[in-house]
Amino acid sequence: MATTALEVASAVRAGERSARAVVEEHLAVIGEREAEVHAFNLVMADEARERADAVDAAVAAGSDPGPLAGVPVALKDNMCTRGVPTTCSSRILAQWRPPYDATTVERLTAAGAVIIGKTNLDEFAMGSSTENSAFGPTKNPHDTSRVPGGSSGGSAAAVAAGFAPLALGSDTGGSVRQPAALCGVVGVKPTYGAVSRYGLLAFASSLDQIGPFAHTVADAATLYEAIAGHDPRDSTSIPEPAAPVSSWLDDGVDGMRVGVISELSGGGIEGIASDVQARVRVAADALAAAGATVEETSVPSVIYGLTAYYLIAPAEASSNLARYDGVRYGLRVDGPNTEAMNVATRTAGFGDEVKRRIMLGTYALSAGYYDAYYGKAQRVRTLIIDDFAAAYEKYDVLLSPTSPTTAFELGAKVADPMTMYVNDVCTIPSNLAGHPAISVPYGVGDDGLPVGVQVLAPLMGDVTMFRVAAALERSLP
Amino acid sequence: MTDTAPVVEPTLPDGWELVVGLEVHCELSTATKLFCGCRNRFGDDPNTNVCPVCLGLPGSLPVLNGSAVDYAMRLGLALNCTVNPAVFARKNYFYPDMPKDYQVTQYDLPTSTDGHLELPDGTVVGIERAHIEEDTGKSTHVGGSGRIHDATHSLVDYNRAGIPLVEIVSRPDIRTVESARAYASELRAILTSIDVSDAKMEEGSMRVDANVSVRPIGSDELRTRCEVKNINSIRSLGRAIEYEANRHIDLYDSGQTPRQETRHWDEANGRSTSGRSKEDSEDYRYFPEPDLVPLDPTGAQVDAIAEAMPPLPSARRHALADAAGLEAGSVALVVERGQDELALAAISAGADGGIVIKHLENNLADGTGELTAESFAALAAMEADGRLSATQAKTVLTDLVASGGDPTSIAAAHGFEAMDTGELDAILDRLIADNPDEWGRFVDGDRKVQGFFVGQIMKATKGQADGKVVNMLMQQRAAG
Ligand SMILES: [Zn+2]
Repeated sequence: MATTALEVASAVRAGERSARAVVEEHLAVIGEREAEVHAFNLVMADEARERADAVDAAVAAGSDPGPLAGVPVALKDNMCTRGVPTTCSSRILAQWRPPYDATTVERLTAAGAVIIGKTNLDEFAMGSSTENSAFGPTKNPHDTSRVPGGSSGGSAAAVAAGFAPLALGSDTGGSVRQPAALCGVVGVKPTYGAVSRYGLLAFASSLDQIGPFAHTVADAATLYEAIAGHDPRDSTSIPEPAAPVSSWLDDGVDGMRVGVISELSGGGIEGIASDVQARVRVAADALAAAGATVEETSVPSVIYGLTAYYLIAPAEASSNLARYDGVRYGLRVDGPNTEAMNVATRTAGFGDEVKRRIMLGTYALSAGYYDAYYGKAQRVRTLIIDDFAAAYEKYDVLLSPTSPTTAFELGAKVADPMTMYVNDVCTIPSNLAGHPAISVPYGVGDDGLPVGVQVLAPLMGDVTMFRVAAALERSLP
Repeated sequence: MTDTAPVVEPTLPDGWELVVGLEVHCELSTATKLFCGCRNRFGDDPNTNVCPVCLGLPGSLPVLNGSAVDYAMRLGLALNCTVNPAVFARKNYFYPDMPKDYQVTQYDLPTSTDGHLELPDGTVVGIERAHIEEDTGKSTHVGGSGRIHDATHSLVDYNRAGIPLVEIVSRPDIRTVESARAYASELRAILTSIDVSDAKMEEGSMRVDANVSVRPIGSDELRTRCEVKNINSIRSLGRAIEYEANRHIDLYDSGQTPRQETRHWDEANGRSTSGRSKEDSEDYRYFPEPDLVPLDPTGAQVDAIAEAMPPLPSARRHALADAAGLEAGSVALVVERGQDELALAAISAGADGGIVIKHLENNLADGTGELTAESFAALAAMEADGRLSATQAKTVLTDLVASGGDPTSIAAAHGFEAMDTGELDAILDRLIADNPDEWGRFVDGDRKVQGFFVGQIMKATKGQADGKVVNMLMQQRAAG
């Protein structure tokens, strides 16, 4: 069975394999391991078969179903699928069926892809281990006693387990890249605005960005091109077509300037494991061997990213999640009056982490605290953007670990939210700046579990980012 | 509707002065809503003009309606405001008729700031700001008495949710109830004349809240104010302000002070009732709306809107008043009805300004129909030189409105045109001859017999004579 999406699509387009057969093969793998991994909230077997038959019919009729013809794609369960439950792994939306498709879903379909299921996540994408799901945790396919990372843990695990060659996640503070690193797959956070957020259930609107998971950088690039590009339904969408990120994958890094962020590589933030640091050094050496100039560099304000993020993201979330009030859709727990109904519904519908962040965000925005918390966090954000701008005057891309550690044990960090939050320390700065970043699987740590190396690029630098990521991938044995 | 009922200026007790600022919400009459393509229309079946965006469904995103912004900028310029780069913000609070449980509005950076408007009597009221925001849905409480407190359930219609509003906040410059009413009327006139809102208070497309306080005359302090809501007409506005001001004065007189709060005007009972206190008011947790980008209109955009601005009511009042030789205040109604263009044309065709304004105010409230400036001018001339009485002129005017035509022939058709002074002279000659004693008393200055002669002439002419002309003829004859 072909493992890459490009091979699948090419075979389906050529009529050498049927999309239906591809779907059946993947459903069979799901049948074997899904009970153990729990990547999905919903496997859309019937819809996928129907969709695959339509792709096959198109091929038979001589038309081209598109660059992702017949490729199964697993979709994080926070993107709207018309008539199909979209839950955000929350009790409050357990029964909700959207009346419309997200822009990404429309574009996947237009590219010939077959959505095979809706994947598990930390409730409303709040978490770094997929343990905060109302429907139970997802396990890391490499070691099911370990977490897959999060919040897009279901999508990362689905690709790692061979349930689908491709998946989509959403990345607000690292929610695509960190699980990609922990599951040993490629994960991309595009430039903010490159991919439409229309139909993505909002967590933190100014940070959320949908991005691909794949086994290879080339597959991720193809998926990126299928979903990116201007969408008039999202006012923050970049008014340009998708960047042609596949076009320069083979061009190498000869003459490029690469900065290794010292603060994230042992020189600032505590807790970056030495085996992870070692893999970043190997990656840096490989790029140097391929002709790049590689230096350590400082981006001083990244150390404040985590704190700023945990004020801005909860603040926006407290507002975005207000609409789940029991009035119009989703769960309703009745009460003697509207306010009591609101409270009862939200008390029963939201999990602890969601409640914690709503309270944190509400507090950060409150009169008298706004300047000290939300206002100051926004100033840190500006500082980070300025520091990155200074760094990108000297370097084409920056390098860092994706996650401070390899996959940790289920339950290990649940009791202490701060320990869990530190997982995102390397990934958060890119979200705050709106910049693109990619996690490339780069060998294993001392425990034999995957390590991801992160390539960061400036705003709209997605093409360069993919090009460097492809060079890193080629440098692996 | 225009409030034409005579206003008795209410008087505050001696020594007190009103301090009022008004907050007016007006719905912009764009074809579609502020952030989606749904129809912006009053009176459709509930929840028929809705979509994922204006229902605030998970995953939906707002896309700003450019024409709403154009309308808002036009309004800002009409209110002599500065039009600024602006940022949308979220105002967070839970309410079932607000689909997202936050309202998208403008907070610290509104589109329009620092303007003013001039009332017909020349009073100038400052405008602090005019900002764009989205309207909410509308709740109906069912069961029990139909009030929220004992209703068994509520129904929500989201057709109104997301309709573009501009909230216009005046400075506390209003000192009389009459000025408050005039401000609301003037604003309505501006809104309709620049075609950005139909400004109907009875349909809720214009909603007025009043911030009311009082102070001793001569003081420049700003005392505790109360915001009075639920005012449904310009008439209620006056009553509500007067009630609220007197309530404050009574409190001060008895050694108490009003509490800063929101109050609801109860039109049926003519009083306001306590609502939410400002102390326990909600914290709206405003922050910049991350789903929208900042608004940054170019100078060229603003200039284009300014150039396309139709003449505003105050300028139109001044123009008409100058042409008619009257005070600006006395032509306000004609301008408000949009009849100033016809009035100006009639005056420039030679009509007497006073007669033109009188007819428009009193006889043409329902429209001018087929009446042209030329026929209006001709009619006014006939009335001015006594060929038609006021009553006859009104009859001819009615025909002109209904089907146009030439006033001279219409008057003839009614048998009015023969009523020249020659005929009246003849009738008067005969009356003097028949009643020499009475005439003698009139000549000697006994005005009581004047009515007798006028009555006889009216009888002889079947009421077609102009009383003024008859009086004039009698005076001339007695004098000479
Ligand atoms: Zn709509």
